[in-house]
Amino acid sequence: MCLGVPGKILEIYETNGLTMGKIDFGGVVREACLTYVPEAKVGDYVLVHVGFALNVISEEEANETLALLSEIANLEEELPTQD
Amino acid sequence: MDNRLLHKFRDPKLVQTKLRQIKKLITRPWTIMEICGGQTHAIKKFGLEQLLPSEIEFIHGPGCPVCVTSLELVDKAIQIASMPNVIFTSYGDMLRVPGSRGDLFSVKANGGDVRVVYSPLDSLKIAKENPQREVVFFAIGFETTAPANAMCVLQAKAMGIENFSLLVSHVCVPPAMRAILASPSNRVQGFLAAGHVCTVMGYWEYVPIAQEFRIPIVVTGFEPLDILDGVYRVVQQLETGKYEVENAYSRLVTYEGNRAAQEVIRNVFEVCDRKWRGIGIIPKSGWKLRDEYSKFDAEKRFDTQAIETQESPICIAGLVLQGLKKPYECSAFGTLCTPQNPLGATMVSSEGACAAYYLYARNLETPERKHV
Ligand code: SF4
Repeated sequence: MCLGVPGKILEIYETNGLTMGKIDFGGVVREACLTYVPEAKVGDYVLVHVGFALNVISEEEANETLALLSEIANLEEELPTQD
Repeated sequence: MDNRLLHKFRDPKLVQTKLRQIKKLITRPWTIMEICGGQTHAIKKFGLEQLLPSEIEFIHGPGCPVCVTSLELVDKAIQIASMPNVIFTSYGDMLRVPGSRGDLFSVKANGGDVRVVYSPLDSLKIAKENPQREVVFFAIGFETTAPANAMCVLQAKAMGIENFSLLVSHVCVPPAMRAILASPSNRVQGFLAAGHVCTVMGYWEYVPIAQEFRIPIVVTGFEPLDILDGVYRVVQQLETGKYEVENAYSRLVTYEGNRAAQEVIRNVFEVCDRKWRGIGIIPKSGWKLRDEYSKFDAEKRFDTQAIETQESPICIAGLVLQGLKKPYECSAFGTLCTPQNPLGATMVSSEGACAAYYLYARNLETPERKHV
């Protein structure tokens, strides 16, 4: 349960005063509470823990991390390595 | 965003590059603890220990809530679940955790109304639909489940749901890290901090720990590339004599964490001493319900008798949870104790070290293999 599951927001609505949403977890659609991520929009990816989205996954940061790692990979290819 | 973006964190080419970088960097053996059971699981699943240079030893931390929930609380859960008129709700993993006598599964087999839920919200719904029954939720977990549990308590109060209560077993990561570092038998030289706990709490709590114990702490995710990047950054600090807190999981973690969630947690819970299974009491390492919410506290609502708790005498899960022994050093591992028939809590949850070793036996790290 500590392992959050990433999913995509399909729909946002309100139930009993809580912001709720339909979330697509790679084809399986479940409901989750979105109250802790007021900034989330339909189409965003969120990390869901036991029925509660706790973070919006930052596409920008994901891309940046990957770009950084890929750059290093490309650089390595160009340089002769000793292994 | 595209889901494929997230899958790139498994890219074999990038994984190979990161491995080569670590190999180039490392000059001597280092011992690194991954706190989170989810990371233990990933390390085993992807066989990362075999891919990494033999200088790196992983010590698996106590970050599995199923594993560290105290035997006393499991016994209490069994007592409450056996009471007539109670609907006991829990995450599935807790059902097979052995108490002193039997487990929640055997309560269910004997006619008790024990139901597996995915979220405390499901439990609240059951309470609303069954006003004549008492509905109890086994609220276990680290900082990742606390926002959900806290919100359910507020929701129950707001909706006037009187027949809902929590059996609270909340544990917190930073005090456990302190306890590990302060132990005279500690071998941990660097930490991979639990990424998902930090999504909630941020990583400001780790700065004083890194300084006080002069130990590098890197916030790390769960994909192979995340873990290798975490290892790389820890090794880089160790090799250059640094001890800072770094964030290698920036797509989800910020320094402050989720403020709204932290506030709701603080409103509903307060810090308490907590007993960890196999480890003992760690001061200020848990959360309990504040007095104003005590009517939602199952320990107060139900009269449970003190029963003498008893662990299996063979099980060394306590030592495994502190990183002092590896699962394969237990004489029962894989023979008397398996996920189907667990003797200790670390064999039940897939986040438990014993279960992770058992499940991914093909990647089994034995002393012989590690040092060839
Ligand atoms: S293998 Fe089983 S008995 Fe041995 S330490 Fe792990 S949980 Fe306990």
